[in-house]
Amino acid sequence: MEMLFATAIGALTFTGVYLMLRLRSFPMILGLTFLSYAVNLFLFAAGRLTPDAAPIVGTTDAPADPLPQALVLTAIVISFGMTAVIVMMSLGARLEGGDDRVDGQDAP
Amino acid sequence: MSPALIAALPFLGALLPALAARAGRNAAALAAGAVSLAAFLGLMSHAPAVLSGTAVTARLDWVPALGLSASFRLDGLAFLFAGLILGIGLLIILYARFYLSEKEPLGRFLTSLLMFQGAMTGIVLSDNILMLLIFWELTSLTSFLLIGWSQDRPESRQGARMALAVTGGGGLALIAGMLILGQIAGSNDISVIVTRAAEIQASPLCLPALILILIGAFTKSAQFPFHFWLPHAMAAPTPVSAYLHSATMVKAGLYLMARLWPAFSGTPEWTVIVTATGLATILIAAKIAFFQTDLKALLAYSTVSHLGLITFLLGLGTPAAATAAMLHILAHASFKAALFMLAGIVDHAAHTRDLRRLGGLARAMPLTFALAAIASLSMAGIPPLNGFLSKEAMLTEAALSGPLVAAVATLAALFSVAYSLRFLAHAFLGQPRAQLDHPRDPGPGLWAAPAVLVAIVLASGLAPMATFGPLVDAAASATTGTAIHAHLTLWHGLQAPALYLSLAAFGAGLMTLGAWPRLAALWAATPRPDAKALFDIALAGLTATARRLTRALQGGGLPRALAIATATLLAAGTWAFLSAPHAPGTRALLPLQAAPAAVWAVLMAATLATAALHRDRLLALLLTGITGLLLAAAFAWTSAPDLALTQVAVEVVAILLMLLALNFLPRRTPAESAPPRRLRDLALAAAAALGTGSLAYALMTRDAAFAPISSFHWAQSKPGAGGTNAVNTIIVDFRGFDTYGEIIVLGIAALILFALAESLLSSRTATARLAALDTGPNSGDPHPTMTAVALRFLLPVALTVALYLFLRGHNLPGGGFVAGLVTAIALLLQYLASGYVRSDARRRFDSHAFIAAGVLIATATGAAALGFGLPFLTSGYTYVHLPGLEQFELATAALFDLGVFFCVLGAVLLSIATISRLAQQTREREPG
Repeated sequence: MEMLFATAIGALTFTGVYLMLRLRSFPMILGLTFLSYAVNLFLFAAGRLTPDAAPIVGTTDAPADPLPQALVLTAIVISFGMTAVIVMMSLGARLEGGDDRVDGQDAP
Repeated sequence: MSPALIAALPFLGALLPALAARAGRNAAALAAGAVSLAAFLGLMSHAPAVLSGTAVTARLDWVPALGLSASFRLDGLAFLFAGLILGIGLLIILYARFYLSEKEPLGRFLTSLLMFQGAMTGIVLSDNILMLLIFWELTSLTSFLLIGWSQDRPESRQGARMALAVTGGGGLALIAGMLILGQIAGSNDISVIVTRAAEIQASPLCLPALILILIGAFTKSAQFPFHFWLPHAMAAPTPVSAYLHSATMVKAGLYLMARLWPAFSGTPEWTVIVTATGLATILIAAKIAFFQTDLKALLAYSTVSHLGLITFLLGLGTPAAATAAMLHILAHASFKAALFMLAGIVDHAAHTRDLRRLGGLARAMPLTFALAAIASLSMAGIPPLNGFLSKEAMLTEAALSGPLVAAVATLAALFSVAYSLRFLAHAFLGQPRAQLDHPRDPGPGLWAAPAVLVAIVLASGLAPMATFGPLVDAAASATTGTAIHAHLTLWHGLQAPALYLSLAAFGAGLMTLGAWPRLAALWAATPRPDAKALFDIALAGLTATARRLTRALQGGGLPRALAIATATLLAAGTWAFLSAPHAPGTRALLPLQAAPAAVWAVLMAATLATAALHRDRLLALLLTGITGLLLAAAFAWTSAPDLALTQVAVEVVAILLMLLALNFLPRRTPAESAPPRRLRDLALAAAAALGTGSLAYALMTRDAAFAPISSFHWAQSKPGAGGTNAVNTIIVDFRGFDTYGEIIVLGIAALILFALAESLLSSRTATARLAALDTGPNSGDPHPTMTAVALRFLLPVALTVALYLFLRGHNLPGGGFVAGLVTAIALLLQYLASGYVRSDARRRFDSHAFIAAGVLIATATGAAALGFGLPFLTSGYTYVHLPGLEQFELATAALFDLGVFFCVLGAVLLSIATISRLAQQTREREPG
């Protein structure tokens, strides 16, 4: 199972980085989303994988590590805020600048 | 008064003059004066202890393991400097009140001045090198503001920039040097460092540390070859020149050398570098000073020369020379600050500082002449003034160091006599060389401050033992670490060599002044390097290089910058990987299971398909949503129900948001990048994937190197925080402060979004483009009745679910974050189903208000703990038993969670509603 998680993190990173290197704003936003997925899953995996052990007192004696979960939970919410701001910035660039390029060139 | 408070007072009071300025210039000056006076009196309250040789300390440890502490130490040396800074500061405030014109904002000026004063006081009272470095940089920054005070004049701006570049650059060297020194000595406390001279001098790093520290000290104290910035800093208003460039800031370098004197003095490197620099500076600057035509420039070069003299004395490394240095610091501060102020008075009265135009002012301005005569004769080293005392001491020490040094020192003294007398003669004696506009003596407001200083010059010259004696003894003892009782007297007897050197210098100096016309012509005919031109060339070169580098790395395009960043990270990761040994992980692996493996397969497919098919934006967005939901499944499988819930809810709102945004963006991404570029990006992405994936695998197949701290959270979840859901107790209790910060960030993000939209909607270009956008064919019925009715029924159900999730959050999966997201989704669905206009009309609360309420509730909950004498955000809980209900628990953490709830709700609603508003804009503008 560890291998599956690791490959998933790798794949999410791959799509994230590849899309972030595109020339237009929308793929870049998607790339950022994928990179957030990858980072969140990576942070979460730092607590090691422990199925059937939700960190609820009284239900288990060997719980999953609650700390990475708490970190990732807030990270998920914050990444929404970040995405929202970047989306708005891309809209602003498109409406003010006329195109959605992010490489500083003018659209052909 | 604690030394810490003495240093803090000017900072604390810095806002007062700016505020008091509304009540007038006197109020501003009084406010600044009161602050300085309070600090000065606080300092004086320690006078008996410090003058008897005791050091007063105050210490507040912050991170002791890193040597970070706020430690202050007031000994004789610090007392002398702090006395100069605060005492002359008081006089400067008085002088500035009457010097600055009505049009100039005095309050702002005094605020900058007080901040500078605080930074200076901080330098001399710090016992911790890190704190000293911070104060040191602060003096560079505040002096930048003060030198560049007249922002509309280019020479003022350029002077300020040059001063900042030189002293700030020196400051960087100093940081490196002091950190090395702290490492060698094994302590960041200066009082400890100075006791470890043997270890320091034995270390191979001693010389680099010394050179770096000296670069810092020499740049600050304008020593050759860094002296050129000081004359250009004279573009500052005269009170600043008098304060920073004669009495205080330029002496910071001297202070540092005196402070570290016990650690370095006596080593050959110290002696050679410091005395040679000092001697060169004395001579070069004294010669240049003689030929200056601007009163302030003459004084500036003379200051450089006198600073060189003190440097020279400190470099000699004998206690007697150090004592002479202390004496001259005092003497120079008194007569030079007075001379600067008098030059300012002349400038005001005659509207020029040019010695070629001035002359004969003695008759028109007798009082100014009298004060200037005493001060400049002291600068020339004429008895019975204090300048004579320190010059004699300097010549005595120079005579002991050999004939060459004695000759150079005498030559410098000669020029010193010449320029001092030239200052006096060319400005005040003879006939006016140009038509002057009836110069007169100023009112007492302007002459009071220099008069006080001149009185000190006289008194300390006539009765040195009664005035400067104790101060010099205390400072010299603190500098050298040995008890010193200096014998200060005007008359050392006929066998003292200094007397004859002094007489020779005086006679030759007079002759030099007599030969002024011929020498001036010679000076004008000799070519000289122009420091400013050289500096400008160097600076232009640096700027051009920096610009080229920036353009290469950040050419305005995001993809290139990101590619460089990714490649750099990869290189760092590869280097780290290659430079360490590796062994396979030993942790037992989980067996492969069918259901999670199926989820994995779909997730991989969706992820890679997104990369392959990203040109079709709607499809890519759908695939992104699928990936996010599968991620939630992964969280659920690995015992993170809270995460799964949050991920699902966030996914919904995020996809909704991007879907809305897609309305305003092209539907497809054109194929633009050339194949080699795509290949490069694929390679970067693949390498990054390999890196993160294998790192994650390595992490998961090993046990933690240390016991995770979360075992504490787990054990304390119930007894400490009163909840059984450890994730929730961490969020709202153990790490509540992090969460507090996070909800504030989230709220700010939503507000930024709102502000961006506002500015877009008020921009003509943007609204025109918005109106011209082709949003594609709309569905025939945008708000089908079926959906609208169904979702209206769903609203109360969804709200109940949110309430349920919120209430159980402390003990079971749920909590403020999820509840807030679910509520937001429920409300957003109403917008979707019934349309923006109808839903918005039924909105009772502003999303801004939700954000504010959330932050306020969280703050109030946290602050309530302060009322019980507990730290911010300490939570409490109790069990309540109501008849008819089971026993339940009430925790303040639930209130905090309520703040989280409102903040999340407000931020999500505001973000999405704001983008919908843009959509509304296009619809309104559509014809028909």
